[in-house]
Amino acid sequence: MTAVTASDAVAAPRPKYGSISKSRRWALRWSYFFLVLFAIFFLTPPIYMFITSLKSSAEISAATNPWWVFEPTLENYIELLTQNQYLIFFRNSAIVSVCVVSITMIISVLAAFALARMKFWGSATLATGVFLTYLIPETLLFIPLFKTFAFVRDTTGIELMNHWWTLIILYPTLTVPFCTWIMIGYFASIPKELDEAALIDGATWLQTLTKIFIPVALPGLIAATIFAFTVSWAQFLYPLAFTTSTDQLVLPVGIVTTLIKGDVFNWGQIMTGALLGAAPPLIIYAFLMDYYIAGLTAGATKG
Amino acid sequence: MADIAVSRAGTVNGAGGRTSLHRLMQRKSTVAFLMALPLITVIVLLVVYPAIYSLHLATLNKSMERFVGFGNFTFLFGRETFWLVVKQSCIFAITAVVFKALIGFVVAHFVHNIPSKGQRKWRGMLLVPWVIPPAMSTLAWLWLFDPSYSAFNWILALFGIDPVPWTGDAYWARFSVILVNIWIGAPFFMIMYLAALKSVPEQLYEAAAIDGATWWQRIWYVTLPMMRNIIAITTLFSLIVTFANFDIVRVLTAGGPLDHTHVFATWAFRVGIEGGDIPLGASVSLFMVPILAVAAWFILRDITKRGNEA
Repeated sequence: MTAVTASDAVAAPRPKYGSISKSRRWALRWSYFFLVLFAIFFLTPPIYMFITSLKSSAEISAATNPWWVFEPTLENYIELLTQNQYLIFFRNSAIVSVCVVSITMIISVLAAFALARMKFWGSATLATGVFLTYLIPETLLFIPLFKTFAFVRDTTGIELMNHWWTLIILYPTLTVPFCTWIMIGYFASIPKELDEAALIDGATWLQTLTKIFIPVALPGLIAATIFAFTVSWAQFLYPLAFTTSTDQLVLPVGIVTTLIKGDVFNWGQIMTGALLGAAPPLIIYAFLMDYYIAGLTAGATKG
Repeated sequence: MADIAVSRAGTVNGAGGRTSLHRLMQRKSTVAFLMALPLITVIVLLVVYPAIYSLHLATLNKSMERFVGFGNFTFLFGRETFWLVVKQSCIFAITAVVFKALIGFVVAHFVHNIPSKGQRKWRGMLLVPWVIPPAMSTLAWLWLFDPSYSAFNWILALFGIDPVPWTGDAYWARFSVILVNIWIGAPFFMIMYLAALKSVPEQLYEAAAIDGATWWQRIWYVTLPMMRNIIAITTLFSLIVTFANFDIVRVLTAGGPLDHTHVFATWAFRVGIEGGDIPLGASVSLFMVPILAVAAWFILRDITKRGNEA
């Protein structure tokens, strides 16, 4: 395919070129120039968050240059971190995310192993189904789930609404399909000889999984874990629909709904809260960037 | 494969071939099914059931006591806001995805151009918008777009340009929503395309250069054909996510001014949860299904095709 199209290019008139290295150097300069422009575009909001977070309310409403901090202060950070409410949001987010990540990884590793190696009736259909569910957005599911929860309350008396732990039930719908999908990809790429050898040596299926598959597919496991964590940390729609009391909110919803008091926007605190809330995924990303990117690209390139 | 190995081991031991092998096979599939059971439970209870249930919900009246058939849908078709939402959702998704793909493609090329030593650093910097939770980065944009303290308007004022009503005017608000979406999504395209660019064999470019291809010809005849699969699948993925997007519109404009930025997801939330009309909300969100189904069908076709090639 490419060979044919490449030979088409021969027919085109030959351009006059001088030294290749010279044109390369110019291409390089232009690349850097545009990269700087795009980096400014991509980094302006987080940097502006940081700038605003260092300002006092008086400075924010003053008619000075908004891009510069004249009197840096940490009062926003101190106020937020001594405020019980924000710490509760943070705690709720942390517990929910950790639980969701653990549940997701257990479910998806077990299922991916079964689907990648141990065929059973309907396993191929299930693998496709897993991928299809990944494509169903949460915006399609929140209304029926809302109604279902009301129904559960009416019949069994279990109140699922307005509790942060409800989110632990809900988030796996977002994380499990994708994590299973990329784990299937990673497991399928492990050579069959490895587990055959283990089976001959008398290993059980569980031993094959824990002693061979998990260690060998560890990079994929880390990538899936990071994905599950980022998704559950960032989820906005489910907590907005299912939790309302301030002590049950998770970070994204808590910042959006409680720091805006009436029509008064306390921007210094909002930006500080958002920045601190964005910190955990950013820190994970900073240290595990390669795994993060591997997880991102795995979804579409594997399979 | 593994079964043959096991059965051979079995006959060596003299444990008797057929029946034990049969039992083993059965046990293996049972174990496998049990291992996949949690996944099946999650999918059936929390995805398949709600999806079917929303079909049922959409046919009920507001108090959910009476069956109204297509009543909700005919009601929606008669409302001007509904058609506004349809139009906006399509404009929003298509414009955003096209620009995300273009910017992602261009930036990926620039990153690919520079020496590989520095690539990691740039790639790391440019992916930051994708890593920040959308609800929080949209807050930063909301503050940048603030009607009275907008930092962008401050810069524009330096050049003597009148303040722009970023979220106040219908057209500017749509522009702002799309801009934020592009800002969040373009890095994802960049990463995908960069991975695809790395997989194009260098010899093809060398051959093209020797044949005297211009940079445009190199992109058109070498890069694009090699990246076609990745481009298609990334675009389809992004189309689904953008079309069903909720966070950005909700935080930035909450659908305003006068419903001129509502998309299906935010309007379904407004009608169904905030307005208390669950069946109508379910009907609104169901309108996302056709476009999602088409995109999903294309993605699945692509994946099974590639699965057969491998």
